Amino acid sequence: MALLELKGIAKHFGAIEALRGVDMELRAGEVVGLMGDNGAGKSTLVKIIAGNFPPSHGEIAINGQAQHFHKPVDARAQGIEVVYQDLALCNNLSAAENVFLGREEKRRLGPFRLLDYGRMYERAAALFAELKSETRPRDLVKQMSGGQRQAVAIARTRLSRANFVLMDEPTAAISVRQVAEVLDLIRRLRDQGIGVALISHRMPDVFAVCDRVVVLRRGTKVADKPTRDSSPEEVTGLITGAIQHA
Amino acid sequence: MQQSRSFQTSVEIDEVTGLKERSVAQRLLASQAFWVTMALVAICAVMSWVAPDAFATTDNFFNITRNFAFIGIMALGMTAVILTGGIDLSVGSLMGIVGIAAGLVLQAQFPWWLACLAGLATGVAAGAVNGFLIAYLRLSAFVVTLGMLSIARSLAIVLSQNKMIYEFGPDAEIFYWLGGGDMLGVANPVWVLVVMTLFFGFVFNFTSWGRWLYAIGGNENAARLTGVPVDRIKMQAYMVSGLTAAISALLTVSWAGSAINALGQTYELRVIASTVIGGANLMGGEGGAFGAFVGAALIEVIRNSLLMAGVDSNWQGAFVGFFIILAVLLERIRGRSRD
Repeated sequence: MALLELKGIAKHFGAIEALRGVDMELRAGEVVGLMGDNGAGKSTLVKIIAGNFPPSHGEIAINGQAQHFHKPVDARAQGIEVVYQDLALCNNLSAAENVFLGREEKRRLGPFRLLDYGRMYERAAALFAELKSETRPRDLVKQMSGGQRQAVAIARTRLSRANFVLMDEPTAAISVRQVAEVLDLIRRLRDQGIGVALISHRMPDVFAVCDRVVVLRRGTKVADKPTRDSSPEEVTGLITGAIQHA
Repeated sequence: MQQSRSFQTSVEIDEVTGLKERSVAQRLLASQAFWVTMALVAICAVMSWVAPDAFATTDNFFNITRNFAFIGIMALGMTAVILTGGIDLSVGSLMGIVGIAAGLVLQAQFPWWLACLAGLATGVAAGAVNGFLIAYLRLSAFVVTLGMLSIARSLAIVLSQNKMIYEFGPDAEIFYWLGGGDMLGVANPVWVLVVMTLFFGFVFNFTSWGRWLYAIGGNENAARLTGVPVDRIKMQAYMVSGLTAAISALLTVSWAGSAINALGQTYELRVIASTVIGGANLMGGEGGAFGAFVGAALIEVIRNSLLMAGVDSNWQGAFVGFFIILAVLLERIRGRSRD
């Protein structure tokens, strides 16, 4: 069973301590909600796991093996995929082209290596079907709804059969119906044995899909417990500091 | 598309093929290059009817195509740059310095191919300087290429000692043929343009490099996060633009039989106009090789038609400018109906 471990992760930017020794685990087939107020260190933690920058102290380990990520490609090579808040999609390209951006399918033709559109459309269609999304591979992302755009961004993470998917505020800027779609997508990832970390401000979403909730306050982990043993009221208290620790 | 979903299971295949057909027709109707081609055909039809003896002649066709070939070739390289959301204002001046460089090599009695190689290397090197400053040092493309416009022109004047170069040495005849000759009744520069348009169209659509140009223009940050080597691709786009400017300069010098340091002055505007008329979006991410081709063709046909119609040639600029604005307006209207 795949396991992502963070041990004593700290990060300071000059005099500012964004994270002060956070321990955390992410297991395959588990959805963890990562909550905290603005500036609590959620984004910093995600960026460290994603390889955007290294931690000042502490260690990341996958299945017990210590990892050193220098750039996002390193983290991706170890099976960690990120769905960014702005989704990182190109509006002027099709769904399939976005899924395969930077990892295009090619076939040889003499000395050339040409894009294999047939195979990319086929594989993208299979990924969308797997996610039970109605997104069509040939459609331009420009013309899609927020939920479909999320599906494209999530399908991209399935391309490499990643073990861990980090999602940064996937439900922040979309309609209620689309939120339900995205939560379904997250459940499907979990059912396929993927470890999902969901960074969110939206309490109902976290309690709807997460197995465990982790709360950060001012760079410190103040709670890490199963969602069924907690409540939105408790988490709110932990985020604001009304409850010190749980 | 939404309505047909209710009987999805029963007519699945029809639905799928129906979707495909519609999307091809839609794509055609939504493409600026298609409408510009229609305009081109319409103008040619009208002119052939109005002035069959002047416009619709083999000689005139030969001249028109050769004239726009020089611009069209550069428009292809410009398209690569504009797709990334950049701009290259230096292409006209690059023509100047490439022409002088090749001319000097010929004048020094070297063979024709060495002159061509020197010219191409000059163009690519200047493009590499542009690209490096823009991609790696993150300077504004507008400012860097504006600077190069001034530098390259000045170097061309200095290198040529402000004299025309016309003694092309032992290989002069071969060199003259490159841009001045013709095959099967079509001028050589036109052949070059046709082959290059096909090649660029192929590269833009069927290689990762081509699609990455579109991705960078669409969302540079997204391209970077998904592992596209954005800086390298951007630099290469400017090198390609320098290369096409060099090819065009060599053909022009060869056709004219002399190299002058004023070669290509203000051509950058005609090149950018061609790509924009052909459907390239200056914000990046939209455009294509065929668009660059028809854009250049349309401008030349309009110029030629005005001459044939006996309009004072000083009016040409006004008409060409009018069509540029019309093209952008058309693009905006289509964009609105799509959203």
